[in-house]
Amino acid sequence: MNAPVPTASLADPTIEAAPYATLTVRIRRDDGFQAFTVARRPAQTVLDVVTEIQREQDPTLAYRFACRVGMCGSCAMTVNGRPRWTCRTRVAAVAENDGLTLEPLRNLPVVKDLAVDMEPFFQKWTAAHGAFEPGAAPLDDFAVVAPDSPERRAVDAGIECINCGVCYAACDVVTWNPDYLGPAALNRAWTLVNDVRDRGQDARLEAVSGDGGCQSCHTHMSCTEHCPKALAPTFAIAGLKRATSRSALKRFGARHFRRSA
Amino acid sequence: MSPLLYVAQRGTAVILAVAVAVHLGTILYAVRGGLTAGEILGRTQGNLAFFVFYNVFVVAAAIHAPIGLRSILREWTPWRGRSLDGAMLAVAALLLVLGLHAALAVYVA
Repeated sequence: MNAPVPTASLADPTIEAAPYATLTVRIRRDDGFQAFTVARRPAQTVLDVVTEIQREQDPTLAYRFACRVGMCGSCAMTVNGRPRWTCRTRVAAVAENDGLTLEPLRNLPVVKDLAVDMEPFFQKWTAAHGAFEPGAAPLDDFAVVAPDSPERRAVDAGIECINCGVCYAACDVVTWNPDYLGPAALNRAWTLVNDVRDRGQDARLEAVSGDGGCQSCHTHMSCTEHCPKALAPTFAIAGLKRATSRSALKRFGARHFRRSA
Repeated sequence: MSPLLYVAQRGTAVILAVAVAVHLGTILYAVRGGLTAGEILGRTQGNLAFFVFYNVFVVAAAIHAPIGLRSILREWTPWRGRSLDGAMLAVAALLLVLGLHAALAVYVA
């Protein structure tokens, strides 16, 4: 389940900024780091800082955002060495010595400055059979899924992913093994493995196995540590390891130990 | 790695966790007691329990180690494909032959 997003109060130290204070922002551009100076403001987010720089200091700065409220998953960047969603990250919570270092997300090709190409991320999402498979014929009636059933609870635990790519950037296994599907794609697959209406489970379990699949996870838990939605892809991957093992053992048993009729 | 390799590696890890503890315990016990190699071999000779235990240990290690080594090599080198799988089968065979040979030698010594 998601952790509730805390409500800011006026006493929140991440809201107030000292008057006339400034922030030094180092941004990785195509030709190295470039430094900017920005005024500190109350409740200022990292995305506010990037937007201010782009609008008032350097219109050539490339970055990506859309909703600004933590729903769309577009604005993730590396902030002081850690992948974060910048629209919901307050400067006061992450600035070190009144400074910010901003880089594009790791493990993805850089398009320009802070904007990365998300195509490999979504290609893996597709490769992990991340789309619902209704089967050849639609069900006659609505499927009845009890809210407290173990399957529905497992789906609930991972369904709020916004595909921001933070977990993918945080994952060392993706860095080491470019074939690895990554935490977001595997988390999505796990929500569908627990969808009792889905009719593509065998193919999905096959797709998330192998050298690029769930078995390659080292359980470092970087994805779970960094997920801005407080999801736990590590546990989703552990579930996939169990499900794929069961399925493979069943197939192995059927192939080698089935009695001939 | 395939799910079956995964199950094989995790399953043998469970066996090895016990086997390594017994193996190390035995070494510490033997060294602490000041047993000589001759005395140790005198006790293990013809001891079927020791023979079976080390055979299980060797088989588990011969399955477990090459699967892990394969993953490490795939992550840290560009080595892929059938040549890698063949080399790991060779490592497994080497561990099996050397280990079973050693266990047999201790049994009949």
